[in-house]
Amino acid sequence: MFARRDLFVGLLLALVACKENSPAPSASAAAPELKKDEAASLTGAGATFPYPLYSKWISEYNKLNPHVKINYQSIGSGGGIRQITANTVDFGATDAPMKEDETKLAPGKLFHIPATIGAVVVAYNVPEVTGTLKLTPEVLVGIYAGKIKTWDDPKIKADNADAKLPAKAISVVYRTDGSGTTAVFTDYLGKISAEWKEKVGVGKAVSWPTGLGAKGNEGVTGQVKTTPYTIGYIERAYASQNKLPMAELKNKSGKFVAPSIEAMSAAAEAVEMPEELFVSLSNAEGEAAYPITSYSYLLVYEDAKDPIKGEALAKYVWWGLHDGQKFSKDLDYAPIPAKVLAKVESRLKELRSGDKKLLTGA
Amino acid sequence: MSVSHDISPLIRPRSKILTRFGREVNWGDFIFRRLTALLAALLIAALVAITVAMVRGSAESLAKFGLGFVTAHVWDPVRDVYGALPFIYGTIASSLLALCFAVPISLGVAIFLSELAPAWLRDPVGFLVELLAAVPSVVYGLWGIFVLAPWLRDTVEPLLARTLGFLPLFQGQQRGFGMLAGGIILAIMVTPTISSVSREVLRAVPSSLREGALGLGATPWESVRIAVLPYARSGLIGATILGLGRALGETMAITMVIGNRSEISASLFAPSYTMASVIANEFSEATGSLYLSALAEIGLLLFVVTVLLNIVARLLVWRVGNQPLGGSL
Repeated sequence: MFARRDLFVGLLLALVACKENSPAPSASAAAPELKKDEAASLTGAGATFPYPLYSKWISEYNKLNPHVKINYQSIGSGGGIRQITANTVDFGATDAPMKEDETKLAPGKLFHIPATIGAVVVAYNVPEVTGTLKLTPEVLVGIYAGKIKTWDDPKIKADNADAKLPAKAISVVYRTDGSGTTAVFTDYLGKISAEWKEKVGVGKAVSWPTGLGAKGNEGVTGQVKTTPYTIGYIERAYASQNKLPMAELKNKSGKFVAPSIEAMSAAAEAVEMPEELFVSLSNAEGEAAYPITSYSYLLVYEDAKDPIKGEALAKYVWWGLHDGQKFSKDLDYAPIPAKVLAKVESRLKELRSGDKKLLTGA
Repeated sequence: MSVSHDISPLIRPRSKILTRFGREVNWGDFIFRRLTALLAALLIAALVAITVAMVRGSAESLAKFGLGFVTAHVWDPVRDVYGALPFIYGTIASSLLALCFAVPISLGVAIFLSELAPAWLRDPVGFLVELLAAVPSVVYGLWGIFVLAPWLRDTVEPLLARTLGFLPLFQGQQRGFGMLAGGIILAIMVTPTISSVSREVLRAVPSSLREGALGLGATPWESVRIAVLPYARSGLIGATILGLGRALGETMAITMVIGNRSEISASLFAPSYTMASVIANEFSEATGSLYLSALAEIGLLLFVVTVLLNIVARLLVWRVGNQPLGGSL
């Protein structure tokens, strides 16, 4: 009962916090050596998934550089892409990389900058089960396709010999609002099952074969927490903060892996980052890799219209990818691996306004 | 030439303008009338502008799916196939279900407060009922997730299934989240609207009617039934329409409890989906142009459904209003 009330209050606070989009104006009042031409106000919009990290970056960066004001609106990846394409914000943010037809709509060349790494976890509520459930890809797809209907299904039992699995119907919960979380999760299901890819598909919103839809990570968390025999997929932070059990998933190397920060990093280490700087991390190789891991990206124009804003943005992003990474772990994200960071650095150095490179001094 | 001839050119143009537009005799009335007319026209212009914007926004979807959009079941953003029937059904069914709960309760509250309650109780209770309208819908939604849905799942739905399970209304998996939860949440949200308007309507019933009925030996219940309610009929229906309007457009609370599944099921236990919910859920992440267009068309349909239901309700008020006053014993 207490847990339930705590969760209620926690979610309420989380909702209120989400509404509060302006960065903390902590040290902005004191701007000692403000050079007029360096003062800049930047706006960004997009993914909700990295919002806690970005908002931490913004408040920390503002303490160091009081003359740079940054406002990030966590309106969703789709909204971020639409706004950066329409040039109404200075940077966008998205969990899923832009599709080709979306890039065509942009007036200039957009860089994808991988900024952090997150994981989607499979949380469950089975009162009888005290240990951690182990799920194979086949079982996970089976549950979400509506083919595995009860918790005592032999396929689940096969890998969970010790667990007391009840003969109760599995109630499946999915995200009903379009979300990067769903895109990452269905990307994984599509990789491990050709049938899923063909019949349901991969995307921010799909037509789910079974289950109930809940709104937002907080909605899925709430349903899993309050409804026995439920399974749902959510961002790692929501599961860990609400102390929901997270399933261990069998990765490509056949090992069951819990969604730890190390396992997320292992997935990122295992996947070669291509030239365009976006890549799917789901079902990554490597014994320690957690299979539902994903980069989250910032979207920045290569050629900034306004050199002052462009320079301020380039410096902020540079800072976030270096000093900002240390805030990742506490907020349930994994830092960008060093070899990927090297590639991102050279990409950031290409940022320019007209002929002027923006990061000459960096 | 007289003096009056000298000043007439100063007056005449003014009075000509005035008489052309009507019977105004001075500028104050003229400006006041035009200004208020302009404000009224602004509202209509906004309505037209919204309609035009939504029709233009949904042009691609209208061209691609035509009327089939309204009758199709499938909503699949991955394949760019869109059909709105489950959403239309969910919106109308949940709102009507809400009225089934809310109208009797609201009428009871209104009758109690305006006819039966002791005077010192009327204002505090009335205030509390109206306070329900001030609760943000997200709070109702969270209450729905953490209190209502578990209660329905563990207590109400098993009971209904045991006793009335032979009806298709009460069959299927009992999950708490679904049409029943949506209807109840909406009912709680529209009750303050319906009951406070009803209360005002009942208050406006002339006391002479009540006194007459009581004087003829009617009990309080009979006086309400034969004198008060018939007089207030059209106003009470108006109050219900207001409640219906709120129920149709409600988004946040219902999306948190209705289960958000685009299916049509006879069972009240089954999940459903409303038009307002699907727009709120999917618009922010929708990127394809046909996808956005289909969502805009859902908005247009919601608009059309609301207008149609309002017209039906107006006709009802008009019919009822034309009937002779007074009930029969």
